[in-house]
Amino acid sequence: MFDESRPIFFQIAEQVEEQVLDGTLPEGSRAPSSNELAAFHRINPATAAKGLNLLVDAGILHKQRGIGMFVSTGAQDLLRHRRREDFAATYLTPVLAEAARLGITREQLAQMLLNAKEEA
Amino acid sequence: MTTTPALELRSLSKRYRKRGNVVAALDDVSTTLQEGRIYGLLGRNGAGKSTLMSLATAQAFPTSGEALVFGHTAYEHRPTLATLCFVKESQKYPDDFEVRHALHCASLAFRHWDADFAARLVTELRLPTDRRIKKLSRGQLSAVGIVIGLASRAELTFFDEPYLGLDAVARQVFYDRLLEDFAEHPRTIVLSSHLIDEVADVLEHVLLLEDGRLVLDAPADEVRGGVTTLHGPTRAVLDAAGSHEVLARKDLGPVTQLTVKARYSGAELAAAEAQSIGVEPATLQQTIVFLTRAGERADA
Repeated sequence: MFDESRPIFFQIAEQVEEQVLDGTLPEGSRAPSSNELAAFHRINPATAAKGLNLLVDAGILHKQRGIGMFVSTGAQDLLRHRRREDFAATYLTPVLAEAARLGITREQLAQMLLNAKEEA
Repeated sequence: MTTTPALELRSLSKRYRKRGNVVAALDDVSTTLQEGRIYGLLGRNGAGKSTLMSLATAQAFPTSGEALVFGHTAYEHRPTLATLCFVKESQKYPDDFEVRHALHCASLAFRHWDADFAARLVTELRLPTDRRIKKLSRGQLSAVGIVIGLASRAELTFFDEPYLGLDAVARQVFYDRLLEDFAEHPRTIVLSSHLIDEVADVLEHVLLLEDGRLVLDAPADEVRGGVTTLHGPTRAVLDAAGSHEVLARKDLGPVTQLTVKARYSGAELAAAEAQSIGVEPATLQQTIVFLTRAGERADA
């Protein structure tokens, strides 16, 4: 469920982000609590809370005293914007490295990209 | 905002004589355990885990130093003893005791005892309450300890290898109920364990003992992934390792597998991967094993 390369709280934050991004958690809806996340993933509640706090700091969630945490207005756009900025480093860099290793030129790569079928 | 720690160990030592030599079961251990957290007490057999728990719960006397439970030593101090629950690895019960007798005693001894919760755990762990404890299997004996340890809701609870003999299903029941109940009734829990990978995600903080000494005292998040294995062409691997401390090395022709004490992320990770180096962060268990072995080498 978790990989070891990054702290678990970070991965908890990512999973919630994923749900905000794809609309599973719409803006204005209540996010899972740290205890719910802890029980679901069988992790320490403090770890889950740390993950949620990352999202509060990033402006994706906000706290409502005594009720819980909610997805902020504009959270989806915020995440989309951030993901676009990270896109090159996350996806293109490894592709370019592997292409170089296999002797695929930039032109061939561009052609492959244009010929690639759109996924359904 | 300082609250009294749940447990404070001050230069705690336990020495005894063995064939004329003085052996330290626990050697000058100082640390502080905060309230409302789950701690992992890790270490190899004989590292001093059980000794530490016995001293903290006033079941044995230290040779020097002291253990303060909520600011007070527990020896013959009823209010402090009332905050403690120690589930021993091999708890002894009176010969004619049935499971229900042990649970009844626990219900009298622990002021926060939750009988409904205990009954639910008994059912889930399939514990025969009218069987004599002497006749129980190792797993069932562990289950008795788990019921008592969880349903007692003591402010400071120690579990010493709580899952011995338990099957995978019963162990999951334990972890699930522990987290669920901890969320509703936060308290300080110390789990001693050598099944590290299994408890890793449940722990907030890790204490590692080695030959009676406390060699690691850190948040689990910091420990996890703090050791990384690099795999690839020897020169590239050595470059990527840079000046990080090397914990293990294996060579196979032109390929090297190097385990270093470092966390790879961001630019360092990207650079290593660009050189076709496999970067594998260690699990908490692997990290502990590597750190323990590093200690052994340093001693040798």
